[in-house]
Amino acid sequence: MRESSHFSMKQAVDRAVQDREVLQFVSSATQLKYEARKEAFAHDFGHKRYQHLRQLAGRIRQDVVENLDHVLDQFTANAQQAGTVVHRARDARHANELCLQIAKANECRLCVKSKSMVTEEIGLVPDLIAAGIETIETDLGEFIVQLDGDTPSHIVTPMIHKNRASVARAFVRELGVEYTEDPEQLTAIAREYMRGKYRQADLGISGANFLLADSGTAVVCTNEGNADLAVNMPRIHIIVAGMEKVIPGHRELAVFLKLLARSATAQPLTVYTTCLTGPRRPPEQDGPERVHIILLDNGRSAIQADLTSRELLRCIRCGACLNACPVFRNVGGGHAYGAVYSGPIGAAIMPLLQGLETYHELPEASSLCGACYEVCPVSIDLPSHLIRHRREGVDQHLHSWSDRFMYRAWAYVLQHPTLYRGAQSMARWVGRALAGAGSSGGRVPVTQGRSMLPGIVGFHPESVR
Amino acid sequence: MNERAGTRCGIRVRVALFITCLADSFSPRSGIATVRLLEWLGYEVVFPRAQTCCGQPMFNNGYHDEASRLARHMVDVFEPFDVVVTPSGSCAATIRENLPTLFGDTTEADEVRRLGARTFETVEFLMRVLKVDLRELGACRPGRVTYHYSCHLRGLGIQPADMERVLSQIADLEYVPMERIDLCCGFGGTFALHYPTISGQMVHDKLECARRAEADTLVCNDTGCLMNIAGAWRRAGLPRMQFLSMVELIAESLGLMGDLDSVGSGVDGMGTHA
Repeated sequence: MRESSHFSMKQAVDRAVQDREVLQFVSSATQLKYEARKEAFAHDFGHKRYQHLRQLAGRIRQDVVENLDHVLDQFTANAQQAGTVVHRARDARHANELCLQIAKANECRLCVKSKSMVTEEIGLVPDLIAAGIETIETDLGEFIVQLDGDTPSHIVTPMIHKNRASVARAFVRELGVEYTEDPEQLTAIAREYMRGKYRQADLGISGANFLLADSGTAVVCTNEGNADLAVNMPRIHIIVAGMEKVIPGHRELAVFLKLLARSATAQPLTVYTTCLTGPRRPPEQDGPERVHIILLDNGRSAIQADLTSRELLRCIRCGACLNACPVFRNVGGGHAYGAVYSGPIGAAIMPLLQGLETYHELPEASSLCGACYEVCPVSIDLPSHLIRHRREGVDQHLHSWSDRFMYRAWAYVLQHPTLYRGAQSMARWVGRALAGAGSSGGRVPVTQGRSMLPGIVGFHPESVR
Repeated sequence: MNERAGTRCGIRVRVALFITCLADSFSPRSGIATVRLLEWLGYEVVFPRAQTCCGQPMFNNGYHDEASRLARHMVDVFEPFDVVVTPSGSCAATIRENLPTLFGDTTEADEVRRLGARTFETVEFLMRVLKVDLRELGACRPGRVTYHYSCHLRGLGIQPADMERVLSQIADLEYVPMERIDLCCGFGGTFALHYPTISGQMVHDKLECARRAEADTLVCNDTGCLMNIAGAWRRAGLPRMQFLSMVELIAESLGLMGDLDSVGSGVDGMGTHA
């Protein structure tokens, strides 16, 4: 087993489970979201129509992924037509350099930013701040995470691991306000603070939920309206988006808008759905003077080139698989994954984006229950990708020698019926002995905190009659 | 079912029992129930002695060379049979959904696919293929019964409602739905070995749901889940509960398990103890 840059989820989990409070929050919050999502789809569409819809969405996304170059070219041409400057970024560093160049060329000093996972992926905010550009997260959850010097623990609800008290403490500490746990007051404080920043900001940065090829439009879905202020008030707007975010056009958008908010937060639609096409044009009164879009590769081309993995690029980052995942729920959320994308989708894409060597433990931490596949609005068969990573891990010798030995020896026994029968008898004998010869008080510590072995009898065809 | 002939269109159907390695050791009663039920329905059931394991642990953990070898062994062992029934949803799903993917576009893949196409979880076979209606057979079993939906039934296209329908066909049985019926119990085969902490918390969540059902019997279609839940239940010192596989419950409801109340109930907390 190579230990070099490998992230140990096992250790992260052991740390995470110490914090019972966070575990409890994440568990109940995700469970509520999971139930609400289920109810929303059942109520609005019914099982059959929902299945139809997610299969349709999956096909549309798959078609885009299969023809990504073509659809991207179309998007680029139409975006340029609308006056947007389109850039392609090879990797995180390249994307950040492009952002900084744009900011410097336009003498930007203050940036208001709306929520975007892709900017987390490339670590944009620290680079902006290091370059002397004050940058404020304007999504309330992200704002709180930023105040606390923390990182998001969920794709959609970044502060799912925080409670009111810790938010209140951060507000007192960082904004110098009086202590309050009242959500309305806290929101009002954040709002007041941000309004001032919006008025002064000269740079707005957002992500995009969808890019429409037929018009060069970026679609941003939010609930707080912060994105509209962040992208419309400053002179310059930069959109950073994964290159896979493109869909053919407005017709297809209808399908995804039906699915996105319901999957993410059980809402029929997010409160704001903003379609941005190019900069301000006369006689428009508002909007940015310049719009740049950075299409980020950062490993996506390689995923696209692999016929089996490319399905993962369908993902619309709704976070439903995180809420559905009993593992995610029981490890206190995303931080235990040590990666920007967590939960089942994170476990499937992080090894592709950052290397299996680093992230091979993520796909192993799954019971393969399939709840993620069931809720995925673009029907990505996530468990099969996790298994595929495990196989890669075996091929690359990333597992401990004891694991390898165990599975190989086990398989060897299973290939030989006589050995298998012998092993079963032995297991029965040992099991019975350890279990205290069938007494119900017996306990076999197979693994930590559980015993599953007592009183083994065995199936004998003769015992049927 | 009146024509208890075990024939389809005049041809004798050869049924094999695939007990699965887990049920072989821990829940032999589910195998006995499967055989008795099918024989009672008029089918001849054969137990091929050379059978071992479908290879699920190897497949799921990425040991695909090993899993392929076990898949070939499965094909060889069950070659002579028209139908393979197994009291495990997850093994049936592995055979049908996963094993064929190991062989790409080869003729071997076709053979494995053919095995998958004629392999059924026992209750699935009863309901979907034989179209048995337990009411017509006079099934009756008193008790407050709750049901845990084992995750891998998803791979067979079986929803919780399908199994609830089966339970509703048994007279005197009071079905109490479990909250979060489709929540994974945390077993996940070797997942419980590799991540005991998370797995332990997951089964704790499941116990809470099971406890709130206030049932006297918990059934499900997989030995693994049953072992996991029953073991945790017993360690938590919760009130008396019977843990049965679905097929055992059905066989009991038809009076086929009377003499076997304690025989072969493998795991403590399963069968009649707990």
